[in-house]
Amino acid sequence: MNTGIPLEYFLITATLMFFVGVYGFMTRKNMITILMSVELMLNAVNINFLSFNRYLFPGQLEGHFFALFIIAVAAAEAAVAIAIIINIYRHFQSIDVEKADEMKY
Amino acid sequence: MSGNQIMFVIFSAIILIFSILTVTSRRILRAATFLLIVLISTAAMYFMLNYQFLAAVQLTLYAGGIVVLIIFSILLTSHIDEKFETPALMKKVYAAIAAIMGAVLVCTTLLNYTFTQGNDAAKDVNMNLIGNSLISWGEQGYALPFELISILLLAAMIAAIVVAKKVKTK
Repeated sequence: MNTGIPLEYFLITATLMFFVGVYGFMTRKNMITILMSVELMLNAVNINFLSFNRYLFPGQLEGHFFALFIIAVAAAEAAVAIAIIINIYRHFQSIDVEKADEMKY
Repeated sequence: MSGNQIMFVIFSAIILIFSILTVTSRRILRAATFLLIVLISTAAMYFMLNYQFLAAVQLTLYAGGIVVLIIFSILLTSHIDEKFETPALMKKVYAAIAAIMGAVLVCTTLLNYTFTQGNDAAKDVNMNLIGNSLISWGEQGYALPFELISILLLAAMIAAIVVAKKVKTK
C-alpha cells in the first residue's frame, strides 16, 4: 500500500471511536447528545468499510458504496430523529429521556 | 516517520480526543462543535485513503448538513447556558467498563488476525466511475440500492414533515 500506514491503525482508531460512541450512548440523558453518539458510531463504521475496501479489495468498490449508503441513511435518520425530538419537546417541555415517560394516547 | 504517518497520527489523535469530549462535555452546544471537529477529521481520514468523493460528501453532508440540523434543534429545545448534571458515578463506571471491555475485545481480535492484502490493481475512484456504477446493474452495479435509498429519503422527508407538523387543536 502506498500510504505507509498499516491497516490495523485505521481499524484501531475506528474501534476506539465506536466505543466512545457506545459510552456516550449509555451515559447521556439528553436526546440530542444520544443522537450525536449514534453519529459517532456510524462514522467509525464508515472508516472501517473504507479502509477494508482500500487495503483488502482495492479492485472493487463495495465498501465505498456501502459507506455512501450509510451516509444517506444517517441523514434520513437524523432528520426523522430531530422531528421526533421536537415533537417530544412540545409535549413534555424537555428532551430528557427520563422525563418522557408517557405516551400521548 | 513519513509525512503521511505524521498526518495520520495527528488526525487520529484529534478524532479520539474530540470524540471523548463530545460524549463528556456538559454544555450541549460545545458538544455539537466537538462533533463537527470529529466529522471533519473523519473526512481527512477519507482523503488519506484516497476516496476524494466520499470525503467531499462527508464534508458537505455531515459537517454541513447534519451538524447544522443538530445545532438548530439544540437552539430550539434547550437553553444554551444550561449545564448538564454529571451522570451518576455507577452509571459512568458501568458504561466505561462495557465500552473498554468491548474495545479490548475487538482490538485483540483484529491484532491477532492476519489480513491478506489484496493484490488486484487499485481502481481510480473518480466521479465517472461512481456515476456509472450507481446507474448500472449486474457486476459492480448499484442501481437497486440507489433506488432504494431514494425511496428511503423520500419517505424520511415525508415522515419528518408529518411528525414535526403542529397538530391543530380543535
